Amino acid sequence: MNDRITMQVARYLPEGDAELSYQEYEVPYPREWVVLDGLNYIKDRLDGSLSYRWSCRMGICGSCGMTVNGEPKLTCATFLADYAPGPVRIEPLQNFPVIRDLVVDTGDFMRKLTSVKPWLIREEEKPLSEGEHLQTPAELDQYKQYSMCINCMLCCAACPVYGLDSEFVGPAAIALAQRYNLDGRDQGSKLRLDVLSDHEGIWGCTFVGECSKVCPENVDPAGAIQRYKLTAAMDSLKSFLMPWRGS
Amino acid sequence: MAKRTIEPLLWLLFSAGGVASAMLIPALALLFGVAFPLGWLSPPSHEHLLAVVLHPLTRLVLFFLFMLSMFHSAHRFRFTLYDGLQIKHLNEVVNLLCYGGAVVGSVLGAYLLWQIG
Repeated sequence: MNDRITMQVARYLPEGDAELSYQEYEVPYPREWVVLDGLNYIKDRLDGSLSYRWSCRMGICGSCGMTVNGEPKLTCATFLADYAPGPVRIEPLQNFPVIRDLVVDTGDFMRKLTSVKPWLIREEEKPLSEGEHLQTPAELDQYKQYSMCINCMLCCAACPVYGLDSEFVGPAAIALAQRYNLDGRDQGSKLRLDVLSDHEGIWGCTFVGECSKVCPENVDPAGAIQRYKLTAAMDSLKSFLMPWRGS
Repeated sequence: MAKRTIEPLLWLLFSAGGVASAMLIPALALLFGVAFPLGWLSPPSHEHLLAVVLHPLTRLVLFFLFMLSMFHSAHRFRFTLYDGLQIKHLNEVVNLLCYGGAVVGSVLGAYLLWQIG
């Protein structure tokens, strides 16, 4: 328990600072401590002014994503001991505007997420009396993987295109769109196609693949994007070759 | 209906080109660039090879291989220019150079194939 590790934490105050600066703190790092424990130690014992987001500390809420030694990580699932002897550098997620210290502005991400209509769309609601929509395990498997997304934004922080092109809708939103497109109960894939098949929707992706590498839930957004590109391209080819079929 | 863009078709050409060139070019390069020159395999005679190339189906396959590979590289190069050099504002010029180059290359490839024999 006497062992300590140096955490270099990015600090930024919107009212005063022009750029991020780093402050060093010495924190203990017992074997079971994650980076978030280190930050909580700083907040509770060393410097109450540090700002960061967290909630569940068990990899479900998706709030504690930060850049740890240059890589986007869920700080509740990243052990401090793995960075011994240190120092370990904690920065806000890349590709997002910083509000204060380690807190980033999620507004753009949320706007893009809702733009793909991530909910079940039915042309006509089935009356309650007809009972529930049944699905086979095979039908569930079609989209289950994409439903594991916790909106932690690590994929967007890792994606170079998301950083370079502010209009690119991003890996999380496309994987989420696929979650509903591939759901047998949904009938809204045409509506989503309109949002996704324009240039910045999916075609901006150059298949770097970092999104899938950093995803803590193994959602594989890169795979979702490639699959969706093929769907959208075939759809587009069909309407090009058979314009009379319309949409 | 979303605005009709050509992007999906360009991506299909890119995608098809990636598959075609990844499957065929290494095989051709291994045979004609390594195995035949080094004598690992006995090369076919000139007449034999010429007869194969003169077959319309071979020419068609080779033409699609050339054409798709060129569209593949044009698409890849376009995004390299966008993201690497940050010149997305020159969109139209970049598109013209990349895909125009692929069209010119394809026509040249077709002409050379036509000229054989």
